[in-house]
Amino acid sequence: MPTADIIQPAAQIEATIANMAEALNHLCQQHGIEQPLMIGIHTGGVWVARHLHRRLGLEEPLGFLDISFYRDDFTHIGLHPQVHPSELPVAVDDRAVILVDDVLQSGRTVRAALNVLFDYGRPSLVLLAILAQRDGRELPITPDVVGLHVNLERGAHIKLNGPDPLYLEQRATAPGTPS
Amino acid sequence: MTGANPQLNAQGQLRHFLTLDGLDRAQLTGILDHAEGFLSVARQPVKKVPLCRGKIIANLFFENSTRTRTTFELAAKRLSADVLNLNISTSATAKGETLLDTLRNLEAMHVDMFVVRHSDSGAAHFIARHAAPHVSVINAGDGCHAHPTQGMLDMFTIRQHKGDIAGLKVAIVGDILHSRVARSQINALNILGAAEVRVIAPRTLIPAAAGEALGVQVFHDLRAGIADCDVIIMLRLQHERMTGGFLPSEHEYFFLFGLTEKRLASAKPDAIVMHPGPINRGVEMDSEVADGPRSVILEQVSNGLAIRMAVMSTCLGSHNLSGQAPATEAAHD
Repeated sequence: MPTADIIQPAAQIEATIANMAEALNHLCQQHGIEQPLMIGIHTGGVWVARHLHRRLGLEEPLGFLDISFYRDDFTHIGLHPQVHPSELPVAVDDRAVILVDDVLQSGRTVRAALNVLFDYGRPSLVLLAILAQRDGRELPITPDVVGLHVNLERGAHIKLNGPDPLYLEQRATAPGTPS
Repeated sequence: MTGANPQLNAQGQLRHFLTLDGLDRAQLTGILDHAEGFLSVARQPVKKVPLCRGKIIANLFFENSTRTRTTFELAAKRLSADVLNLNISTSATAKGETLLDTLRNLEAMHVDMFVVRHSDSGAAHFIARHAAPHVSVINAGDGCHAHPTQGMLDMFTIRQHKGDIAGLKVAIVGDILHSRVARSQINALNILGAAEVRVIAPRTLIPAAAGEALGVQVFHDLRAGIADCDVIIMLRLQHERMTGGFLPSEHEYFFLFGLTEKRLASAKPDAIVMHPGPINRGVEMDSEVADGPRSVILEQVSNGLAIRMAVMSTCLGSHNLSGQAPATEAAHD
């Protein structure tokens, strides 16, 4: 059993997401975006996106992306055991998109998500909103809005639990877990 | 445990997909869940995912089948794999030898997967037994034995309409004796916990010991058999059965076993009607039923693509594992 410590409880996450919403609002104004399309990456990103979507008062439905079929480690670890359907209820062509995920580490998930997104169309602009950013970037990907920065020991992981309540916990790596 | 089932690799993951026999509920549910994900690929403007890029899949069809071969081909292409279609005419005498030679040649071209259809039961198992370690084999129908991807796409279709297979009453009507489709359906229904699996057929088209051996209840009367059922699966009647002395005529068959709106009334009001295709209208069922509101026959075809994508990617994903654990949530980022 890996050990787990809660690094951000539900009450604090609420405040973090509120700050993210404010930052996104500001960013949209800067870019002259009136109705952005919000898309969450399964599973944690969708939980965060639901909160942001509500706080920003977006009228169009939230989109969902699953990146399982676009991962770069299929030949190493096979098919991801949990796959959710991707669901983009509104066309992304020429739209400003806010892509939301829970944790940004290597950047590989975001790379895959951008590939999925572009198989649905050609957005005019994509902004990246991340609840928790940590070290370990392996690709040139930088978020536009970050809820919190986390410094972790080597081998440790952060994981968002939810959907209700949402809380972030830190875990030491389980033996044999691919990272 | 893993040594017992030739379909599984050393880590207990599906390497080949030959029969549903010996697989468990979790494995079948996993395939159904993955297919659910692949269904959304059809809604993308670019109907393709890069999952199996660089893999080579060879369709070895020793028996003609336009639809099954087409859906396997399209499924492979939607996974971004490269596809080779080989229509191989068999010579009955030298079959074993030429078959292995064909295999070795294809393996030398670095083919990663064979999709095999053959009129002999056990052909896919034979090929799997002789395939190189880096090759997967999918059974696309072997003789009267099994057609596991058809069985799975039927389960997928049922699950879409009924939510769960567990607790359902399902009737399979037609030529049980010769049907590999029926065998795979019965396997899948029993593994997934259907409350009751019934088979309905003339006495000439159902094995004498079928009931106990297959785990089904046998009926020879259509109306009694489909009474109170949630799902009715009609099987295709092969024309050669008429000449084989199994049935007097197609007309007689329809008179006794053809599904009509009137007969359908004894099933549950929300019962769905399925058929693996191609339908003989006026033999297995009336056009009124085939094109009616309870028919899910065309959905079965669409679902066949998603199921085949799920099966192919699951088996190809078991390659190169070299003892690694399957992907976990920790690998998400």
